Amino acid sequence: MRYVDEYRAEAEAQKFVQAIKGTVTREWNLMEVCGGQTHTLIKSGIDRMLPELVTLVHGPGCPVCVTPLELIDRAIAIARRPEIIFTSFGDMLRVPGSKTDLLSAKSEGADVRMVYSPLDSVKLAEQNPDRQVVFFAVGFETTAPPNAMAVHAAQQQGVDNFSILTSHVLVPPAMETLLSSPDNQVQGFLAAGHVCAIMGYWEYEPIAEKYQVPIVVTGFEPLDLLQGIFMTLKALEEGRWGVENQYARLVVREGNQPAQKLMGQVFETCDRKWRGIGEIPMSGYRLKDEFEHFDAEKRFDVGAIEAQEAPECIAGEILVGMKKPHECTAFGTKCKPEHPLGAPMVSAEGACAAYFQYGRGE
Amino acid sequence: MSDDPASKSPVAMPAGPVCPIPISDYPTVQLAHGGGGKLSQILIEGMFAKTFDNPELEVMHDGAVLEIGANRLAFSTDSFVISPYFFPGGDIGSLAVHGTVNDIAMCGARPFAISVGFILEEGLPMDDLWQIVQSIQQAADEVGVHVVTGDTKVVDKGKGDGIYINTTGLGLIPEGIDISPASAGAGDRVLVSGEIAVHGIAIMSIREGLEFETQLESDSAALYPLVTRILETAGEAVRVLRDPTRGGVASALNEIAAQSKVGFRLDEQQIPLSEEVRGACEILGFDPLYVANEGKCLAIVGAEKADAVLAAMRSHPLGQRAAIIGEVVADHPGRVYLRSQIGGMRVVDMLSGEQLPRIC
Repeated sequence: MRYVDEYRAEAEAQKFVQAIKGTVTREWNLMEVCGGQTHTLIKSGIDRMLPELVTLVHGPGCPVCVTPLELIDRAIAIARRPEIIFTSFGDMLRVPGSKTDLLSAKSEGADVRMVYSPLDSVKLAEQNPDRQVVFFAVGFETTAPPNAMAVHAAQQQGVDNFSILTSHVLVPPAMETLLSSPDNQVQGFLAAGHVCAIMGYWEYEPIAEKYQVPIVVTGFEPLDLLQGIFMTLKALEEGRWGVENQYARLVVREGNQPAQKLMGQVFETCDRKWRGIGEIPMSGYRLKDEFEHFDAEKRFDVGAIEAQEAPECIAGEILVGMKKPHECTAFGTKCKPEHPLGAPMVSAEGACAAYFQYGRGE
Repeated sequence: MSDDPASKSPVAMPAGPVCPIPISDYPTVQLAHGGGGKLSQILIEGMFAKTFDNPELEVMHDGAVLEIGANRLAFSTDSFVISPYFFPGGDIGSLAVHGTVNDIAMCGARPFAISVGFILEEGLPMDDLWQIVQSIQQAADEVGVHVVTGDTKVVDKGKGDGIYINTTGLGLIPEGIDISPASAGAGDRVLVSGEIAVHGIAIMSIREGLEFETQLESDSAALYPLVTRILETAGEAVRVLRDPTRGGVASALNEIAAQSKVGFRLDEQQIPLSEEVRGACEILGFDPLYVANEGKCLAIVGAEKADAVLAAMRSHPLGQRAAIIGEVVADHPGRVYLRSQIGGMRVVDMLSGEQLPRIC
């Protein structure tokens, strides 16, 4: 298959593995920011092809995993109201709230539907004028443009029965939080290529400079990751820092400007709580005041919600790379995909799910 | 699951039989309990098999094998709730025949009779029903089975999805054929009869209104003619046959690995996959190994006959894209490993439920 097989060629992969082996002289800890990258690394077996000196630390870039527990409880409470059609991307549906998840709410009668685009939810709202359609708008900078587009379209078309329950998060503030922590072990980053396709990588330049770390914008195919790892290690071995772009076939320094413009019209930055990590200043998006009426949290009062994480779950330490999934005592025993304690065990981008599904805890 | 799942139940249990599915985890039935993955397995093994316990059921094959006098019969049942009931490449009628006769064929048997039970929703257009009935008869003719008995129920409007069908079938197992999911042995080869994941992706793309450049058609087909050719070619060297429907190739091989107490080693490069299906899976974040097939057959055969079976499959219209995708190993019993396209190794586990498209 064109544009896929080229990035999964075994001979080319071996060349990179050899180049990495020839470059590394000491121990290095690299973090791949995005959970999609984590899954490719584990699924294709790259983690086991690298020299032992190189440790891959899995980052917080799993949108489902960092969505606050309270917000999932709120989503479930909203979804249970009879007038609501609650819509979401698929992998949010199985994420556990404090008592249950959206799929279970569906089995108990809530009208929960999976959609492939927030614009489908706007369409659904038009088709069901007597119902209220809510879209669960979570994710990083990658999913912000389509969500902004949906709100924009709903306003243009006067679709008043559409709203979003939003908790957007941003990568650069999270990277700064990790780097400024006294416990930080990460020496180089593979930045998430898809986030950078939207935002560009100019935002990472001051971070690389301030913390003197190499940051390589990296794609999601096996060869992208091997090349990104190689570039990061080479910079580390040569004592260089700064931002490099492995994913040049998709990413330019300034990013996708029409997308950024649209996001700027609809969203503004705000403080945001990250599940497992805590509050990070100016690390999220919320709807601007002029779009406030599309905010499901304001439209549907479900009262105060306080949520308690499962005490055994160490998702926070996993998300900041302090622990690996199989180092958790509940991994594979009390916590499995069919009865997860935390979100990283169910998300398609969660590190625990990757370790469990591809047999890395064994 | 804990060893004693009933102990986790939050409600006091009366004396006598207790529900073996942990109520604290799932107080209600979830869609994933029918998804063909781990939750299905937990429900079937934990509740059904434990309760209905008998030697025929214990084999846990696609169909049961019953000895009646000197004859051995394969007996299987399947229900069809597919929505929409007309889809590219077939309809619920042809699918209901194929599904059951294929389960019988996977026992190495020649199917000869089926029953058809209809659950119809009030308001179903009579024209649609007529078309489905014609389709059932045509599929039955093609494979040489008769619809010998049936049943009809009608439910209130809103209580069904137009039409549900149950079919049950009988087949005769020829002498000398002994196919069982517990028969795979180290050194055997794993073959698949063609491109995988076609049915699941075809149905999903119309159900969810996904628009791809080409219209995908379901691979729904009766596999008995292909199975005959496999059995004629390799006879007793055919250890296991399986049509990897719900849960796909990965779930089927995991089940066989557990029942045969062997491991599998697959080669990702060898697994046949059409460009269209692969593209759809890439976009949705699906692993085609877990996507349903309705016209494909897995065959586990002795290494000495693998090439001959491959040639036999490829000479049949249903097996033109057949391939040897892996081998049975004595290591890691119960586990399926896969060598990735770039040469890394990973486990191919069973999924807990159906795959859900990812966020980004």
